Amino acid sequence: MERFLQVVVDGVADGSIYAALALALVLIFRSTGIVNFAQGEMAMFATFIAWGLYDGGRPLWVALPAAFAAAFLGGMAIERLLIRPVEGAGPLTLVIVTLGLFILVNAAAGWIWGFTNRGFPSAFPSGVVQLGGVALSIESLGIIAVLLAVVGLLGLLFQRTNVGLAMRAAAQNPDSSRLVGIDVGRMLMLGWGLAALLGALAGALVAPRLFLDVNMMGGVLLYAFAGAALGGFDSPAGAVVGSWIIGVTENLAGTFVPAVGADLKVLVPLAVIFVVLLVRPSGLFGSPEVTHG
Amino acid sequence: MSAFRVEAGGRRHRALRAAAVAAVVLVAAGIPFNSDRVVVGQLTLVLVYAVAALGLNLLVGYSGQISLGHGAFFAIGAYTAATLVAKAHLPYLLTLPAAALVTFALGFAFGVPALRLRGPYLALVTLALAIATPPLIKRFEGLTGGVQGMSVPQPAVPGWLPLDPDQFLYLLVLAAALLAFLLAANLTRGGLGRALVAIRDNERAATTMGVDRARVKTRVFAASAAYAGVGGALFALTLGFVAPESFGVALSFGFLAAIVIGGLGTVGGALFGALFIEFVPQYAERVNQALTGVIYGATLLAVIYLLPGGVAGLLRSLRRRLVEVAEPAPPGAPPAGEAGVQAGAVSPAERGRLPAS
Repeated sequence: MERFLQVVVDGVADGSIYAALALALVLIFRSTGIVNFAQGEMAMFATFIAWGLYDGGRPLWVALPAAFAAAFLGGMAIERLLIRPVEGAGPLTLVIVTLGLFILVNAAAGWIWGFTNRGFPSAFPSGVVQLGGVALSIESLGIIAVLLAVVGLLGLLFQRTNVGLAMRAAAQNPDSSRLVGIDVGRMLMLGWGLAALLGALAGALVAPRLFLDVNMMGGVLLYAFAGAALGGFDSPAGAVVGSWIIGVTENLAGTFVPAVGADLKVLVPLAVIFVVLLVRPSGLFGSPEVTHG
Repeated sequence: MSAFRVEAGGRRHRALRAAAVAAVVLVAAGIPFNSDRVVVGQLTLVLVYAVAALGLNLLVGYSGQISLGHGAFFAIGAYTAATLVAKAHLPYLLTLPAAALVTFALGFAFGVPALRLRGPYLALVTLALAIATPPLIKRFEGLTGGVQGMSVPQPAVPGWLPLDPDQFLYLLVLAAALLAFLLAANLTRGGLGRALVAIRDNERAATTMGVDRARVKTRVFAASAAYAGVGGALFALTLGFVAPESFGVALSFGFLAAIVIGGLGTVGGALFGALFIEFVPQYAERVNQALTGVIYGATLLAVIYLLPGGVAGLLRSLRRRLVEVAEPAPPGAPPAGEAGVQAGAVSPAERGRLPAS
């Protein structure tokens, strides 16, 4: 039973990391209808920036915020320079653009930092705490706490501030938003910046659990996709709950189902995405797509 | 202004086209007799990739369904051929139809649920398929040889042919590729091709015109998978070796890059794309391991922004300056008016956008 609880908590912690990336995906999907395949690679790049600063002797509490800021600016720049020209293009063009970005960012990171594995420091102390007789790792609990704080902050931003309101308006109805004086382009840029920031957070949280390398985020991206698909691609709350379910399922399957094991864990999100999209394409919390015909 | 002017589908147009194809085939067939072995080997792989890329282009370019996982079908074709030759000792020529059948069936099975996945969602599912391919191959160790891979006996040169093994292999793959390209050219010019383009450009209108969407889409998925499978089988025979790491995400991305750069929705584009994905890594990796990815990514973006028709589109617009292909004038219309000049060369894609007659 204790083992089971540990696996569940680790699963929720993994799920929280996926949730950060899934939130980034949802944020961009809601505002531009783009599924950003490059989200994971952008996150990996930002994590490497943090690693570079840390490796150069800066403390972690300087390196991480600096990398987050770089991610935010980088996300905005990508929207302005690469995404704006193809705004409103068909899904094929958009997939190819984000895929091109995926390949480009991945290779650029390999060029700058090489293709070897790097250890990445955790922001949390190692060790465990006893909770109700079960030993739980501080890191896992810390990750869950960080995600809950992020969700709270995002909620405040979107529900309680003028910028958040403007961003929601721009996503929901760009034309009307323009009429009431909202700079829709700037809101989209802000959305991409915010998404890149969330991704960088996911990267910084997952890097200590894996090793930092250029392909680190491939699997994470898939789990985040599965979480977002399960929760509903246009629902932030759904993305979080969906990612938790994915994280727990993945960890339980990897631990207790020998046929799955560590190497085929990657099939869990594949199966989830497939089943969800076939049975309930809008996910658990999403709004169904309406086709006017 | 063009130097020549021919009527689309007329005798001169067909003669010109046949001459162009014959010239390409002659040059291609002559290559192994005056190039060194390394180049012949590389060009053999180009033809192999071209077959797989052609299949992906049928799916992505003509029907607008996005697959990031065609490396999986390529892998299945390769392992089907490898198993049949190495374990069942079947003649290697039989492995091509066998690989085609297996991947056609799997593609059909995958195409049915794929009908319900639109745009980015299909890309997502197929991406997961691409990521899962190497671990899955490793898992079925008894059948696939696991991480070690599996060696495949290569086709032997028949005694009556005065050819080196490399030359024979090249000509064999060239014959298969020619067949694949001819089939695809016929397919895309025929009813299925027009139905595909119609669905891609306006699904609702196409359905209203009587196109059976589900039937057309699942068939093209199956055909596309079969092309990838045949490409995989040729790959296994060409290299004489298959291993899981050859079939990773990079391969699937490479195929997609190939068709975008070569020209989406064109038959010839697959060949230009295959040249790109075979030769760019060869030279780029001498400079830096990461340069290949940088070039792939940057070229993909550049093509989307600057040259949406890819290399094939560029060549087509160059050709238009030499030879003008005009739609035949409808009966009763004034001969060779302004409309004929503007029509220019009509590609299958453009033809699809015209109202059906």
